[in-house]
Amino acid sequence: MFYVSLLIMGLIAPWLGIYPVYLMTLYCYAIFACAFNLMLGYSGMLSFGHAAYFGFSSYITAHLITVYKLSTVVAIFAGMTTSCLLGLVIGFIAIRRSGIYFAMITLALSQLVYFVCLQASFTGGENGIQGVSRGDLLGLVSLKDDLSMYYFVFLVFVMVFLFIQRVVNSPFGQVLKAIRENETRACSLGYFVDRQKLLVFVISSTLAGLAGSLKCVVLGFAALSDVLQATSGEVILMTMLGGAGTFIGPVLGAGIVVTLQDTLSDKVGSWVTVIIGAIFVLCVMAFRKGIAGEVHAFLSRRLEKGAPSENP
Amino acid sequence: MVSRCVSPFFLRQHAMSDIFGIPTQVILGQLLLGLLNGSFYAMLSLGLAVIFGLLGVVNFAHGAFYMLGAYAAWFLWGRFGVNYWVALLLAPLVVGILGVGLERTFLKHLYKIDPLYGLLLTFGLSLIAEGVLRELFGSSGQSYPVPDLLKGALDVGFMILPIYRVWVIVASLSVCFLTWYLIECTRLGANLRAATENPKLVQAFGINVPRMVMLTYGAGVALAAFAGVLSAPIIQVSPLMGSSLVIVVFAVVVIGGMGSILGAILSGLSLGVIEGFTKVLYPEASNIVVFVIMAVVLCWRPSGFFGKD
Repeated sequence: MFYVSLLIMGLIAPWLGIYPVYLMTLYCYAIFACAFNLMLGYSGMLSFGHAAYFGFSSYITAHLITVYKLSTVVAIFAGMTTSCLLGLVIGFIAIRRSGIYFAMITLALSQLVYFVCLQASFTGGENGIQGVSRGDLLGLVSLKDDLSMYYFVFLVFVMVFLFIQRVVNSPFGQVLKAIRENETRACSLGYFVDRQKLLVFVISSTLAGLAGSLKCVVLGFAALSDVLQATSGEVILMTMLGGAGTFIGPVLGAGIVVTLQDTLSDKVGSWVTVIIGAIFVLCVMAFRKGIAGEVHAFLSRRLEKGAPSENP
Repeated sequence: MVSRCVSPFFLRQHAMSDIFGIPTQVILGQLLLGLLNGSFYAMLSLGLAVIFGLLGVVNFAHGAFYMLGAYAAWFLWGRFGVNYWVALLLAPLVVGILGVGLERTFLKHLYKIDPLYGLLLTFGLSLIAEGVLRELFGSSGQSYPVPDLLKGALDVGFMILPIYRVWVIVASLSVCFLTWYLIECTRLGANLRAATENPKLVQAFGINVPRMVMLTYGAGVALAAFAGVLSAPIIQVSPLMGSSLVIVVFAVVVIGGMGSILGAILSGLSLGVIEGFTKVLYPEASNIVVFVIMAVVLCWRPSGFFGKD
């Protein structure tokens, strides 16, 4: 019921006067955060370098559209494939360690991707790639109009959301949760832990790439800031603030952070960084479950109190 | 007679052979720079390793403390006319006290839970530090003068050695050695190492472990601040000077292995030198060579060269 009402709200949102490009950017970051949440919330793996897939895929899509004039959907798929492969390589190296080392390795390797993007000829260095045209959807509908682009992005977002729900609620998802809770136990039960972790890593990186490609088509450019370490930090914040390990959490977190940055960036300059840092500190110290997580826990406690005689 | 009119510098260079088609002067100059960078990597990874060993926290804010050390020196000089030598002692002290305060306020509560939260907290703190300093002083770099005693360069025949850079290498290596000696060869260090392995037992012996932890964090970040003061005359003092450095230091620590003090020092130095050589031979790769080496080392030896787990 909750989700149906959100779906309806999403469908009618442009008619309510909300700026479609803002909503589309939000959906892109929400996809990014949901993809990240697959790893952090459901598998317990903190990747500190997720911006690599987001940004690199965005660059590939932008390059293919501007230079090779590929159609939008093909370019987005190509971007997704690239980030899938990138995730495979980085994941293969990073999975060798776990926990804190895993985070540090993903951080270092994403920094490598950043330097490659900075120096490679096709990425345009500090300027990024400009003038990415939206093209059309499989030759049927032109996406240059904000409204049709909005429904396309919304559709993709809903599909990704349902896909993630399917992954988490599948046997594979259960194994991931088992790995998150007690990796040694899962291994001793006979599950190929490394393979599962690599698989979720690749799924996560592919979806992050999808988010990046979509974003570059929506906004019309691919920027170096997309592969910056700061963007990796932002997606961690979105997921943590919204609630890691919940479905709606990352979407909520993405909404808050994108809105915050939009409204505050021209008013307070560098204080945005301070505010983001402060929210991080607040989340870690007092608010570890995030908003959705705390609400969920609160509601569970209320339900328990309402039926005390169930479990004597 | 003709040869005496020609400048002796030219004569020396004429007598030198090129290595790989690059003049020896350039290679040795890069070797010096590599040693310089390497000594910074060594000092910072040392502090990181010490903090991780005792606290179990990966101090993402290490780069921020390095930056704060440089800013403290610059601020003390600009506002109070404090000279370099005093700043070398005062800035790490100030930053160390700040670190102790942060440990008491925030980090203390995170020891019992997943160490990833410590990483995220220190990440948040580094963002706050960066943002505040950027707001106060702007993001363009400030310059800090080289102290008079260390200005100029030595001509040792086969190359020109800037005196300040030699001082930085000597100072950082001495501090690293001092720290290593303190940890491995003194009573205090023995207590520290014991507390790393079994804090409850050490506390049962009557040693105040929480205070030791607090002071260790202060000392670790003071070390980073010391590196910051050392670097102030040679690098632009800017709010972003720590953030990209700390990621390289993370890679150094992964390569060397977190458990070992000596490992951190040796890996830092050698990676700095390797980076220097790469800058000469293949400049485009110089930014990423440390990360590539990290990837290779991980595939071959996941716990790092000197790692214990």
